[in-house]
Amino acid sequence: MSDDVLRFEDLTVDFQVGGTTHRAVDKVSFAVRPGEVLAVVGESGSGKSVTSLAALGLLPPNASVGGRISFAGEDVLAMSRAELTALRGRRVAMIFQDPVGALDPVFSIGYQLIEMIRAHQPSLSRAEVRSRAIELLELVGIPEPEARLRYYPHQLSGGQCQRVMIAIAVACDPELLIADEPTTALDVTVQQEVLDVLLAMRSKISGSILIITHDMGVVADVADRVVVMRQGSVVETAEVHDLFDRPSQPYTKALLDAVPRSRGRDSTASGVDGGVVPALAIESLVVEYRGRRGKIVRAVDDVNLELKPGEITGLVGESGSGKSTIGKSVLGLAPITAGQVRVAGQPMTAGTSAVLREARSRIGVVFQNPTGSLNPRATIGQSIGEPLAVHRGVRGVELRGRVEELLESVELPSAWYGRYPHELSGGQRQRVSIARAISLDPALLIADEPTSALDVSVQATVLELFRSVQERFDFACLFISHDLAVVDQVSDRVAVMSGGRIVEQGDREAVLRAPQDPYTVRLLEAAPVPDPREQTRRRGLRLAG
Amino acid sequence: MLRFTIRRVIELVLVFFGVTFAIYAAVWALPGDPISSLGGDQPLSPQVVERIRELYHLNDPLWSQYFRYIGNLLTGDLGVDFRGRSVAERLATRWPVTIRLAVTAWIIQVVIGVGLGLLAGLRKNTWIDRGVLIMTILVASVPIFVMAVTAQLVFGVKLSLVPIAGVNDGWPLSYLLPATVLAIYGLAAVARLTRGSVVDTMSSDFVRALWAKGLTRRRVIGIHVLRNSSIPVLTYLAIDLGALLGGAVVTEGIFNLPGVGQLLFESIRVHEGPTVVGIATALILIFLLTSVVVDLLNSLLDPRIRHD
Repeated sequence: MSDDVLRFEDLTVDFQVGGTTHRAVDKVSFAVRPGEVLAVVGESGSGKSVTSLAALGLLPPNASVGGRISFAGEDVLAMSRAELTALRGRRVAMIFQDPVGALDPVFSIGYQLIEMIRAHQPSLSRAEVRSRAIELLELVGIPEPEARLRYYPHQLSGGQCQRVMIAIAVACDPELLIADEPTTALDVTVQQEVLDVLLAMRSKISGSILIITHDMGVVADVADRVVVMRQGSVVETAEVHDLFDRPSQPYTKALLDAVPRSRGRDSTASGVDGGVVPALAIESLVVEYRGRRGKIVRAVDDVNLELKPGEITGLVGESGSGKSTIGKSVLGLAPITAGQVRVAGQPMTAGTSAVLREARSRIGVVFQNPTGSLNPRATIGQSIGEPLAVHRGVRGVELRGRVEELLESVELPSAWYGRYPHELSGGQRQRVSIARAISLDPALLIADEPTSALDVSVQATVLELFRSVQERFDFACLFISHDLAVVDQVSDRVAVMSGGRIVEQGDREAVLRAPQDPYTVRLLEAAPVPDPREQTRRRGLRLAG
Repeated sequence: MLRFTIRRVIELVLVFFGVTFAIYAAVWALPGDPISSLGGDQPLSPQVVERIRELYHLNDPLWSQYFRYIGNLLTGDLGVDFRGRSVAERLATRWPVTIRLAVTAWIIQVVIGVGLGLLAGLRKNTWIDRGVLIMTILVASVPIFVMAVTAQLVFGVKLSLVPIAGVNDGWPLSYLLPATVLAIYGLAAVARLTRGSVVDTMSSDFVRALWAKGLTRRRVIGIHVLRNSSIPVLTYLAIDLGALLGGAVVTEGIFNLPGVGQLLFESIRVHEGPTVVGIATALILIFLLTSVVVDLLNSLLDPRIRHD
């Protein structure tokens, strides 16, 4: 079709890295039609971001581009620097993943917005530019826009920064807006607001939107059509309803299946009666930090939580809600201001250091970033065996045997004992972290966002492994996550945190299916589900109400 | 901001007293008696030595001497040297020479160092970048006296472009050669720092976003990259100016410039305590002042510091 806004034809992108050529995009063809929202979805390394950067000539100098990119019939790859400058911002605008990092930290947002308007509409007077800037901030829902012009990026939240980026992007009524993972760095409730603003812009600028994302929920929420990419190639292009109802490619199917959904996990803890000592008991816990200027920040505020042996409790909340601080205070890594934490009956605030060390050796931990939490200079066998050697004094052949058993229990070949973390993928490294965490047969496991650094298909396999390991070793687990769907999938009980307090807790079904607290309700509604019809219904409700 | 300022002032006062006292103690701890050597070949009589020691309160305990000195300092009195000349007056004739030298050297560093760094940073990993690196390191690895004497020979004697030594031709002609030699040693650091800062800024997310806004190259680099990259460089340059003002001893000696560095060197050699302490006190004040200027500059350039 000749009236396509943007067209990629057999696009290839090669990167020169240290003398070798790495193909990031391989013969990609698709087009953005006028007025539509096209989502490009794929996992990390699929080439989706590289493709979009190529459209604006924004690739780094070590990239070489082949094929054809045409914008409104003009060949983008053949454009001179001046022609590209005229295209960027004026006709094709772009917003990025990290909104705080995408704004220049040393200039006010007003300066950056006005700079954009002046660059493309030099005929406007100073006063006209200023009133246009205020109008734009108002449009994207920034309160008190006139005063906010003087604010610097660090004075605004991530969501507000992304709104400012959108204001800058739509300042000159572009024909195409490219949004590269625009909400990945944001909390779900903020994500929803930003997506609403983004969609509202479509009618205002009467342009098309190309949105790049890894999140099938976001796709279902905003897209008209979808391009699925994998390892630099297009797997499937389809209308959004067709894609979710009848995915034609096995990879698309796998991707959709990998999205965590409730699977009606049997509650294993229900049979335990009340007389048992809880694996973890948190009573009236308060954690305070001394912030800047001696101001006291209360990160955890009067929290009560109890985990029965063998029970998984999901602790959900947005960033800054205090959920990770609770995990840290159980491990003795956060100052307990008031209240009590008991692990298998042992208070963690009292006792000799030897008693506490023994108690802590009964707690396993899995962190978010498996790359950062494994020693890069130690083999994975050494990393897994270290707790056994330190706390149990296991040595030599026996240690090796135990480590190999542990590797097998997380479905890694025992022959990988001598491998180093960098030889493993992210998902495999997280399996190693799990093996290390369960090496001392813990009564309690703290898992802090264990899958949020992983791609969705990898996340699915790790979560599955996690559940089977839990069933086998039967430890209690505090599963900390921002992702409601993940918590839904693994937990017996759910506790929802907001502003340092637990606003709601109970059995998974009760909390997630019939939430009582307004915050839980908002959180559940904000998390996009991979179902376009459901998302359209929710959006309709939101706009009506 | 007020809290920050108060804390900063208290720090400055503590550093000032701590360092001046340390220097005072160090000068008085130097071996040899400066008084008995005042007479040169003819030894002074014990009565005269005792008289002078009394005059300069040299028999008092160290702390009482120090507080007397500080007390006089607060009224602007730097005292007199062992020949009875006012230290303040001696310094007054010396400072203009040193300031001209240091500021000229500093300007050369700013213009050439920042220029080269900017060039290297924007042309990362090209022959220009490597050339700048090699050149600055090569030049800086030549000892300063070799560099100074070679420069005198080539530009002063052979080419007769500039005077070889002394200040008879005034500023800028007399200062050009010594300032260039002095500047060369800071050039490498300034150029490397600027290059690194520019490379970091150029690869940051917001610069990519600025390109995507459709701004011209002149605007992206001239306004955004320059201001962001300049923050660490300016901090260094301000401290560097302080170092140049106090560190030109060798250069002033070779080029026979009657500046503070030369006076300091002479005074240490003859155990001229009052002068040494006077110069040191002035240099400490300069350093403290530059560190305040650095703080102000940083908060002016970086709103994140201003709002902290």
